[in-house]
Formats: sequence, structure tokens, C-alpha cells
Amino acid sequence: MLRDITLGQYYQTESVVHRLDPRVKLVTTIAFIVSLFVVDNIAGYALAGLFLFLVIRLSKVPVKFMMRGMKSIAFLLVVAVVFNLFLTQGEVVVSFWKLRITKEGIYYAGFMAVRLVFLIMGSSVMTLTTTPNHLTDGLEKLLNPLKALKVPVHEISMMMSIALRFIPILLEETDKIMKAQIARGADFESGNLLRRVKSMVPLLVPLFISAFRRANDLATAMEARCYRGGEHRTKMKPLVYQRRDYAAYGIVCVYLALCAVIGNILF
Amino acid sequence: MAIIETRDLVFEYIRRDEEGNVEGITRAVDDVSLSVKQGEFIAILGHNGSGKSTLAKHINAILYPTEGTVWVDGMDTSDDESLWEIRQRAGMVFQNPDNQIIGQVVEEDVGFGPENLGVPTKEIWERVEESLKAVGMYEFRKYSPNKLSGGQKQRVSIAGVIAMHPKCIVLDEPTAMLDPSGRREVIRAARALNDVEEITVILITHYMEEIIYADRVFVMDKGKVAMEGTPREIFSHVEKLQSLRLDVPQVTMLSHELKKSGLPLPDGILTTQELVEALGL
Repeated sequence: MLRDITLGQYYQTESVVHRLDPRVKLVTTIAFIVSLFVVDNIAGYALAGLFLFLVIRLSKVPVKFMMRGMKSIAFLLVVAVVFNLFLTQGEVVVSFWKLRITKEGIYYAGFMAVRLVFLIMGSSVMTLTTTPNHLTDGLEKLLNPLKALKVPVHEISMMMSIALRFIPILLEETDKIMKAQIARGADFESGNLLRRVKSMVPLLVPLFISAFRRANDLATAMEARCYRGGEHRTKMKPLVYQRRDYAAYGIVCVYLALCAVIGNILF
Repeated sequence: MAIIETRDLVFEYIRRDEEGNVEGITRAVDDVSLSVKQGEFIAILGHNGSGKSTLAKHINAILYPTEGTVWVDGMDTSDDESLWEIRQRAGMVFQNPDNQIIGQVVEEDVGFGPENLGVPTKEIWERVEESLKAVGMYEFRKYSPNKLSGGQKQRVSIAGVIAMHPKCIVLDEPTAMLDPSGRREVIRAARALNDVEEITVILITHYMEEIIYADRVFVMDKGKVAMEGTPREIFSHVEKLQSLRLDVPQVTMLSHELKKSGLPLPDGILTTQELVEALGL
């Protein structure tokens, strides 16, 4: 059933990483990605790898789930490696026809591959251990200072959480419309790409109409419940930093410092 | 003191063509004056397009009168300053349960109203707990609304309104999209609110069997109040109801026919039990 589609890729389990404040996880992920671009030697990558490995162990999420994200970037990974491998100038190791593989090429290709893999795994840890709802909350709190610049932070996060709430409903609706159209002889599965795209039109039109109607109803319902934007609003589940969150921030700082020292100066 | 009062209420929908020229005017509510006392259970009955939903939307200040006035707890709904207070005192539940649930977890949805009112966090949790218990949905507080049945979703919507501590709750065809068992659940929850919490309930519906428990019934037709009275008074005019295209409950219909054929029965029989007693069986 379409209704059972899980959103994002949250992996339900009890762990320290799951319990961390979403803000900590967002900041840590950004810090980790930055660190991957700061370090440029083997010791530095080893450190990043160790950090990632420890976090994954703490999160209790099976590595199998981390690997799922890899599939989507496999192509990108191959392209990046190939380009680095063949197009880097330097000391030639192997050469055939017009292609040359240099020592530096192997070096860079390897780094690039490790960097990409770590990057995807690092962000997977965040999405696997945080519900979309929590992420939106965390993002709203983190971006709060932007309010001074007239960025509608609360509205953006409200839109995100409403979108998340309506995805399963709209999926179910798509399913219904599709069945209704199939019952009347519509064909969504055969023909070339162009024909298939064309056959989506009778699906999309009713879906859009219904989505607009729902949006209108929802807006009325929200106003009826006194919704008037983010001002004067209190939170049922406010985000409050716990001791473990400060500890996590401390660890991240130490990690960043180590990266700067080991990854750059000691070569 | 009336909690809700309308005087000479008129509401007109203006239809426009693509250039914005006025094509025509529809009077959805036409000169309605009514008064509802605190603690009453009111049913507003009417066929599609009778203006009952338009009337309901005036009580929550979603629509404003074209002419006339609506007072909620003494406040004029066309006064912008008291808008939010009116919406807090007179909560509203709509027809489609999917389009009014905002939260991704039941308890978060119930907390949405109090959050908007700026209630402190600790009190929000207390209100959520008591509201969910009032509609019998407390054990579902951690569920995703998508996993609930229609009747359960509608009860969550009601809880969401109760959590705002309203004096009055308007249910705008809350059962129109539900199956019979879901309808019973919702009506039972509405009656419990009225009996136990003494919240004024205004139930808009076109199902006749749902109005039996009301203190007073207004029947609307073409924007006007066509009939007014207790359910028993309303149901004693079977022919008039039929002329307003409303279905009478089977028992009432049967006793009406029996009476016409000469049996000495009272007017406006509402339940099977009553008919059994009246027939002396």
C-alpha cells in the first residue's frame, strides 16, 4: 500500500544519537562535511573515518541502511573517480592509447571517492536518526537569527511540516485517481516515454485540483484554530539542550581541532 | 445571556466572471435571527445548499455578514479586534477530517490550537491530555493521524477544538464523510461534551437521526429558517419535512403512516421504543 511508504529514511531504534537535539545533529553534519574538505592527507581521512565509524556504532543503525544511500551516488562516484584518474597532470604510472594515469591522479581519485562516500554516509546518519518533524523543528530554531533579516523562518518550517503531513494523503489520492482512470480504460504502463508522460496528464489535473481544495480547507481550519503565524506562539515540544547535547558539541569541537592539526599541518 | 445571537443576518455570495464583472448574487443566508443559550445542544438541519454551512461559518468569524449582526459571547464578529477571541470561544470542526488535522502525531495536532493561543508548554500537555480523554482518544495519542479511521480522526479534530477551552463548538457536517459506526462515535462524543463539559454544541447535519438528542432544532431552506422547535415538534410535521427534501427516520415515518390510517398515536415519535410503548405492545 502506498500509505505505508516511510518518509525520509528514519530508522526507529533507541540510541544516544537518536535522542540528541536535532540542532546538534544538523550542526555536527555540517561540521563533518566541512572537515572532509579541510583535511587533505591520509591521517586526516583516517580520523574522519574513525569519527564516522564511532557515530554509526553509537547510533545502532545497521551499516546496510547506510549503504542504501550509496546506490544513488554510484554514478557520480564513478564519474568523479574516472575524471580525477585520467585528467590529473603529474608523474605517469601507466599509459595506453591516449590515456595516462598519473601518481597524483590515483591519489586524488582515491581521496575524492573517500570524500564522497563519507559525505553521503555522514548525512545519512542524520536522516536515519532524526524524524522529519524533528529536523524541521531543529532547522526552525537554528535559522531563527535570520528572522532579523526578514526571512520567514517560522513559515518555511510550517510549510515543510505540512508538506510532510500531506505526502501520504496525496499519495493515497494519486492511487485512487489512477485506479479510477484505469477502470475507465486509461493506460499508464505501455508506450514510449512521451506517451507515458502524456498519459500522466489526466492523473495530474485532478490531483492538482484536489490539492488546491485541500490547501484551502486546511487554511480555513488553521485560522479557525487561531493560527496567526509564529508570533505569540508557544511550543508543545520546545527544543531544550540537555547535558548530552553540550557534550556532543564538545566532542565535535575537539574533532574539528584535531582535523585542523592532523589533517593539515602534519604532512 | 445568549452565547450566540444573530439578528437579521444576510450573507450574499457574489459570482464574478473572468473579468471581475458581477454575474449574479446568491443569497446564501437570508434574514436569519436566532439565539442560542449557553449549554444548549442545537441542531441545524437542511438540504444541500440550504445555507446551513454558510451560517455556521459566521459563528467562527470565517465569513462576515453582508447585512445584520452576529454576536458571539457578546462580541460582534465584524469587529476585527475581537476576532481571535471569538475564534477561541467558538471552535469549529469541519467536514473532511483529513483537511483539518495539522499535526503528524495525534497529540501534536491537539496541541496546535493551544500553541497558537500562547498557552505555556506545561499547560498545553495538560489540556491535550484532558481533551483526548474527553473524546476517548487518549490511547491513540502517539499515533499518526493517517493510521486512524474517519470517526477517530473526527474525534481528534474535536479534541483539538476542546483543547482551546471554547464555550461553544460548531460541528459543520462532521459526519458527512463517515460510515455509520464512525457517525455514531462522533455524535456520542459531541453529546458527551454537551452533558459533561457543558459546552454549547451546534451540530450542522442533514442526517435526521442525529438531531434526536438536540434541545432545539432549526430547519433551514433557501437561506431562511423554515422550522424551529424541539425534535419532537419538528418530527410531527412529516409532510412539511418531506417538502423540504429531508428524510424522516423510519420509525417516525411508520408511526405517521399508522396514524393516518386511523391508529391513535401521538405526533413526533422518535425511537422504536416509543412506538412500541405507544402501541401498547
